[in-house]
Amino acid sequence: MIDRTRAAGVVRVVPNPDGDFMQDSSHLQTGRRGFTLFPRLSGAAAAGILIAIFLMAFLVLPVAQVIYVAFLDARSGAFTLQNFQDFFNTTLFRESFVNSFYVSAMSVVVATAIALPLAYITTRFNFAGTAAIQALGIIPLIMPPFVGAVAMSLLFGRNGSINLLLNQYLGFRIPFMEGLNGVILVQSIHYFPFILINLSASLRNIDRSMEEAAQNLGSHGMRMFRRIVFPLAMPGYLAGAALVFIKVFDDLGTPLLLNVNNMLAPQAYLRITGVGINDPMGYVISFILVAFSVFSLWASFLFMRGKDYATVQKGGGGLSRRDLKPREKLLAWAVILFILALVLSPHVGLLLLAFGTIWSFAPLPDGFTVQHFATIFTQSSQYVWNTLIYAGSAAVIDVVLGVGIAYIVIRTGLPGRKWLDYMATAALAVPGVVLGIGYLRMFHGIQLPFGLGQMSSFWGIIIVALAVRRLPYALRACMAALQQVSLSLEEAAESLGASRASTIRRIVVPLMAGGILAGFVTSFATAAVELSATIMLVGRSSDAPLAYGIYLYMQSPAGRGPGAALGILAVVIVALGTYLSQRIIERERRRQTMNGEPR
Amino acid sequence: MTQAKAGIRIENLHLAFGATKVLEGIDMVIEPGEFFAFLGPSGSGKSTLLRAIAGFGPTPRGRILIGGRDIADLPPWKRDVGMVFQSYALWPHMSVRRNVAFGLEERRLPARQIAPRVEAALDTVGLSHLADRMPAQLSGGQQQRVALARTIAIEPQVLLLDEPLSNLDAALRVQMRRELLALQRKLGLTTIFVTHDQEEANTTSDRMAVLDRGVIQQVGTPQQLYDRPANAFVAGFLGTANILQGAMQGGDFVTAAGQRLPVAAPVAGASRIVLRPQNIRLAASGGDIPGKVAHREFLGSQIRYLVETADGQIIVDTLHATGAPPFDPGAPVSLSIDSRSAPLLAD
Repeated sequence: MIDRTRAAGVVRVVPNPDGDFMQDSSHLQTGRRGFTLFPRLSGAAAAGILIAIFLMAFLVLPVAQVIYVAFLDARSGAFTLQNFQDFFNTTLFRESFVNSFYVSAMSVVVATAIALPLAYITTRFNFAGTAAIQALGIIPLIMPPFVGAVAMSLLFGRNGSINLLLNQYLGFRIPFMEGLNGVILVQSIHYFPFILINLSASLRNIDRSMEEAAQNLGSHGMRMFRRIVFPLAMPGYLAGAALVFIKVFDDLGTPLLLNVNNMLAPQAYLRITGVGINDPMGYVISFILVAFSVFSLWASFLFMRGKDYATVQKGGGGLSRRDLKPREKLLAWAVILFILALVLSPHVGLLLLAFGTIWSFAPLPDGFTVQHFATIFTQSSQYVWNTLIYAGSAAVIDVVLGVGIAYIVIRTGLPGRKWLDYMATAALAVPGVVLGIGYLRMFHGIQLPFGLGQMSSFWGIIIVALAVRRLPYALRACMAALQQVSLSLEEAAESLGASRASTIRRIVVPLMAGGILAGFVTSFATAAVELSATIMLVGRSSDAPLAYGIYLYMQSPAGRGPGAALGILAVVIVALGTYLSQRIIERERRRQTMNGEPR
Repeated sequence: MTQAKAGIRIENLHLAFGATKVLEGIDMVIEPGEFFAFLGPSGSGKSTLLRAIAGFGPTPRGRILIGGRDIADLPPWKRDVGMVFQSYALWPHMSVRRNVAFGLEERRLPARQIAPRVEAALDTVGLSHLADRMPAQLSGGQQQRVALARTIAIEPQVLLLDEPLSNLDAALRVQMRRELLALQRKLGLTTIFVTHDQEEANTTSDRMAVLDRGVIQQVGTPQQLYDRPANAFVAGFLGTANILQGAMQGGDFVTAAGQRLPVAAPVAGASRIVLRPQNIRLAASGGDIPGKVAHREFLGSQIRYLVETADGQIIVDTLHATGAPPFDPGAPVSLSIDSRSAPLLAD
């Protein structure tokens, strides 16, 4: 039952605003089960088995294989713990382990420092800048952290704009981007919205009578905040914090682009690509990554079990707010503008990089040009096309699987149907690096027919990896959409003589269309900038997607311009996707309320 | 647990949400130890008035005195009035014991004093055995009791109850209101009870105030308000009433249609008379006012007839005995009205 955390976290952030769509729907099934058991089962069962096979083949088995290999002796193939001993006996790995842990923990701390004031201001005060804060919660997410990483070095690095200015006028530098600091800065700027959104939501869910009761009994001020408000908001905060921790712990792209290799994910990548597919260290690291992900989710689940503190009553409506005094208002704006500047800095940096001529040892580029865009469109358009094909196909697979799983889970009594949901959702706990290594291990010996070459380097496997990685997003969207389709609409069709299949085709899917579309767009937009799994699977440059192209370009100073131009493209794709899916969801919600359909 | 009894005096209280006036010129005195109800429809301002006494919501103009001390400018946490919230507002992250101890801890009492008082408060509501449960593990009625215990533990001067029974199911509601009353009598605590349910107000309160549109319509014992409503609103809000237009003529009230109704205590300038459905008798013939049954509702112990007369539709309640009701819709009937004690309204 890890999915609760996720429903609260990931899915809410990426355009699915409802955290509570996992509500129990068992009452829907039980009523229908008795009389339609047999005719339904055959079709649904077949679909369920196919989906289960897909998930087993492309998610469960590859990951299981990775874990299994971590416990095998590389030469003899016997079971052993030697690999783990080797791992912890190697200074570099010990250091990487500590670094990954340190970077993740510090990212949570810094992200909290950014998110806490924002959440506090929006939920406690009548504040005109609330719209700005909401924008703050989305802007970082539309840029994958690795895309902005290089731009951040040029702004905040040792010889970046800020430090050049600091040094010139004040005579000192601040090591924002030195080593691990850079990873922490980039990651916390990117991931703080997870904490912001979860924390704000749980603050908003506290009924004002909670506070009033405390005041009535003699409590107020910070003491009341500490004893009542903060504990009630804790579950939301922890859900967000756990997500940030895991995301940072698993991320490969950002450290790689910042050239920080002494962390776990980069080590796994470097071992497998450098030393080889049989090197056990890559598997040991993968095991540790998965174990940490599962452990964090499990721990946050354990902590939050039975702590659904949403206390808002009908007619209630969150904590009581008060107006800010002029001084406080000034302070609030100062905080928000500071954070806004910080959050926009990767975007600004990327723009400067993409449109700048030469940018080195200067606060700004020497001149401006559109040459980099010309370069990528003439030389690297295959990245864009590949991305559209890969992310598009992956998103199609996701919504097909998503609709199938949602239907089976919510509307049928198929035994074990929940496991489809668990399996698909478990993809969230699998780092991209691990999935990539799993595919390499499992498919590297398999020769495909029709001259397609090895399965592990076939471009189609990239699509599958993307589809598996993004399936949880599409699945949540489809689940939410199906739960909003009233069962009576289906029963009406059936009573008018429509067969099961025909009901699904003519009633259910059209009614789910908005949710399906939102799921498609989310999957597409996030798959388009996926790097950590694809980087392992790209066989040759002509098969590479955008994210990989950015990575390649960013390797050399001369490639930064075109790399940034590609980055801009990526941001545009994600931003457009996010905007579209928000629009679709908004429209759906309006339609739902207009029709007064039961939710 | 015995508290010093404190009375409440409210003087010329006005309150507005922006341009909307919510309370206008509230004046009232609540005696020490009294069980007092604020009764009114939703939006009447009764909850707002209660919250103003507790110190929540916008600051009102006027004075609120508790035990002779003006508390209108004090923040909620210094008022020493205990409030039980409609939603109970139990903190879900604290056990029952911690919830009840909260107010005492905030008063910085030493732990050795807190424990017995928590125990005593829980004992009072009969929940000592559930002290270590979390609120989510309790039933609605139990949560209500915890909320009550939490409030009486601080031994407030005044107990405020905001629709305390509205979240309970019907059977429990009757039981809880009796328990509430018994508890109030035992503690002797000055208590204000907000409700929109006249039965709740009638059965529990010593006196009550009927509010409508932010104005107190009438204050008195439940019986006074029912028998002698000050205006049409009170008459209509408490029980069912037929209000007939007319005028005084030579010591009798004469309806618009010319029906002469004798009254015991004539009121000069009265323009309306309040006739309760149970004070009208229905017969096939021989009464004062002829009419025709327009509609019939079976209410169990009673049968309610809507009778079309020259003065409009009149509601008549008759006791139901076993068997078929005597009059069918359309049947001609005759009403005899016991108008001698019927209230007259001048407005």
